[in-house]
Amino acid sequence: MIKTLQENFRIILRYGLLGSVIALYLTTIGIVETFAQRNLVGTSVSLGHVFLVFGAVGAGFLVTRAMKEHSASIAAAASFITGMITSILLIILTLVIQVFVIQAAGQERVFELRSMFVNLSPSLVEFLTFGQGLVLGNLLFALFSGLMGLIGSSFVLLPENWRRAWINSLIWVLGLGLFSENVAQIVRELFSSSLNKVLFTNKALNPVAAIVIFVITFAIGYFGINKKTRAKWEQMPESRRKRGRTVLIVLSVVFLLVLPWTVGLFLSQALFIIGLYVMMGLGLNIVVGYAGLLDLGYVAFFAFGAYTMGILTSTGPLGRSDLTFWTALPFAVLVGVIWGLLLGFPVLRMRGDYLAIVTLGFGEIIRILALSNWLAPLEGGAQGVLHIPHPKIFGFAMDSPQSMYYLVVLGAVLAAFVTIRLRDSRLGRQWMAMREDEDVAEAMGINLVQTKLLAFAIGAAFSAMSGAIFAARLGNIFPHSFNILISINALSLIIVGGMGSIPGVVVGALILVGLPEMLREFAEYRLLMYGILLIVMMLVKPEGFLPEATRKRELRSGKEQFSDQVARSES
Amino acid sequence: MGAILTTRNVTKRFGGLVAVNDFNLDIEEYSISSVIGPNGAGKTTFFNCITGFYVPDEGDIIFDGHYIQGLSTDRITHHGISRTYQNIRLFSNMTAIENILVGQHPHLKTLWVEAIFKTPRFLKEEAAALEEAIRLLNFVGLAGMGDLIAHNMPYGAQRRLEIARALASRPKLLLLDEPTAGMNPNESAEMMHFIQRLRDELEITILLIEHDMRVVMGISEQISVMDFGQKIAEGTPKEIQRNPRVIEAYLGRGAAAGLKLETKGAKA
Repeated sequence: MIKTLQENFRIILRYGLLGSVIALYLTTIGIVETFAQRNLVGTSVSLGHVFLVFGAVGAGFLVTRAMKEHSASIAAAASFITGMITSILLIILTLVIQVFVIQAAGQERVFELRSMFVNLSPSLVEFLTFGQGLVLGNLLFALFSGLMGLIGSSFVLLPENWRRAWINSLIWVLGLGLFSENVAQIVRELFSSSLNKVLFTNKALNPVAAIVIFVITFAIGYFGINKKTRAKWEQMPESRRKRGRTVLIVLSVVFLLVLPWTVGLFLSQALFIIGLYVMMGLGLNIVVGYAGLLDLGYVAFFAFGAYTMGILTSTGPLGRSDLTFWTALPFAVLVGVIWGLLLGFPVLRMRGDYLAIVTLGFGEIIRILALSNWLAPLEGGAQGVLHIPHPKIFGFAMDSPQSMYYLVVLGAVLAAFVTIRLRDSRLGRQWMAMREDEDVAEAMGINLVQTKLLAFAIGAAFSAMSGAIFAARLGNIFPHSFNILISINALSLIIVGGMGSIPGVVVGALILVGLPEMLREFAEYRLLMYGILLIVMMLVKPEGFLPEATRKRELRSGKEQFSDQVARSES
Repeated sequence: MGAILTTRNVTKRFGGLVAVNDFNLDIEEYSISSVIGPNGAGKTTFFNCITGFYVPDEGDIIFDGHYIQGLSTDRITHHGISRTYQNIRLFSNMTAIENILVGQHPHLKTLWVEAIFKTPRFLKEEAAALEEAIRLLNFVGLAGMGDLIAHNMPYGAQRRLEIARALASRPKLLLLDEPTAGMNPNESAEMMHFIQRLRDELEITILLIEHDMRVVMGISEQISVMDFGQKIAEGTPKEIQRNPRVIEAYLGRGAAAGLKLETKGAKA
């Protein structure tokens, strides 16, 4: 065993150092210490710990996977050593902090490290050494890292159902701890505050509750209840499945309807924003996902929708008419469409990168124009448009996040409906053919001008609708609300969800817009997380979380023929 | 029977290079004709001129009584010319059926607004289109492969699918750019019979570029030989086989005897 380990020491060292660098990076940028106060379970497991062990667990996982061909005990030992190696840089860090921060404090002649790395504080050393002093603490930390390496290896080495159960329960417990505020809110609304007290203390899961949840989710994972129900579902006759599907649809509609009333004001507002992004994402999905036209200035249409709504309905000095939300909405969408066409014309002949650059410029021009003094008499310039009334329905003002949520869900459902219908039509096929090969698409008799303009116009319509609702919800709009980050967000959520996939847009919006809203504590690290997620996504699952499914069109009876057809063409 | 496609003095230059030089061609309706020539002779450029990918610098292209030179490719397709490509250019991330449905584009009439409301006319047209797509799929011998993503299909199937897609626009003239490239002799022979069947059953005109002499000599009624952008010979397969200029273009001086032997061998 020792011999094999020696032979593979290069691998162990490589992954160990990789994990060490990650741990060092996360510690130096301050994530570990910032979240050391944020307890997940009881007072012993904090979010800081999770970030701290991330490197060690990951290195253990990777090294075990790399040494799969050896026996389990060797792989486990290797992962333990790897874990210990990951602690090296952090141990050095504690010594560095000891010398250059703690000892150097107050002495002028010594270089003070903390003036550059503000996060290297004495309390970080305390956290890293478990408050046991430098020698004992660092020894403990090395051992601890080794154990974390073992945990990483457990994700590979455990037998299938144990592994599933283990990962399942870890995700549930840590997830509940992480989203404790939101879960607590829902529990309070749905059940009672006493249950809430049993589950959570001060944002963290109580240890007893954590153990109970761990056991339950472990059992669910171990017995594969998810898998079994799915298998049962597959075996059901078609008629029963159809009925089951109807029940599911009704249930999900009911779920969507009651959702804002169970999650409280704050999350309702988050849901509203998610809905806005879903609507925008669906529009951009037509332009980018179906037609393959990379549009980075998509926020411009959002701005047109918002400003049109603002100018038409505002009760302030800038209001140009006394239209209500409902009568102004078609105009907002129309303005979006017109600008979609106007942008479409000059870029008809452009492809790929060039198109992206031009649309990027377009988006910025619109934002700067909105900010300019030149247009200020029309739309307020930097002061923005104020006093935009909330929409009214039957004399009832929709001024709460909950009521606006319904509006935005309605809009998103409409957008999804139109998208699905168009996707399955001739126009949808034209778009996709154009995305695949523009020249050949044209040679198939497709009029590229018309097809591209329709993509731009319909995409812009959804975005403008989204912008109009945004304006009516906020009541005041300012140019800085329409910066390029909105375009980037909308594009990223399509990529993360899966290009051209409608459920993908929803999932992407939940991940990229919903999560940051729910995890306000991360605000500082939001863009960092964004970047990491996108990179990992592109490496591991470039087609997105929920890629577009291929549609089965040929008759089902062709299935038997298929196999011998393949056999024949291969022989 | 008259000529369905006539080109008069078609010339295409790229900078100093004359890719197609003063090319004249008459294609009889319902015939199978070939354009052959060494690599780089300008055959594909000539095809691109006919289908509108390139605008010829000089000359006229008359198809079915219309002057079509300078029209965009989609207009030319609406006139009834359809083509395949030397290196297969399917819509590779779409299924086979979807590829054929895209090909049917020129004769689908419903508007996108009708698709949103699923009007009866839209539903009827889509159903008919799907039915025809499946019929075409069967016709080219790909029954059952309709739901495969195009780039996952075997090579030969992709070639056939490309032809099915071209046929979907109901062309009067089908241009095939090296339909047997990369095929073994058996597959080539199968493709040759298939091309003959296309003409006989669908009553369309076929013009092909081909390197495989067995295929060319086996199915062409008329052959034009191209070298350095110019037509150096024209005639029936027999005439072409005996033409010394053709043999020279292909194999260099003094190789005439060799080619004759080879073609004899192919027939035997």
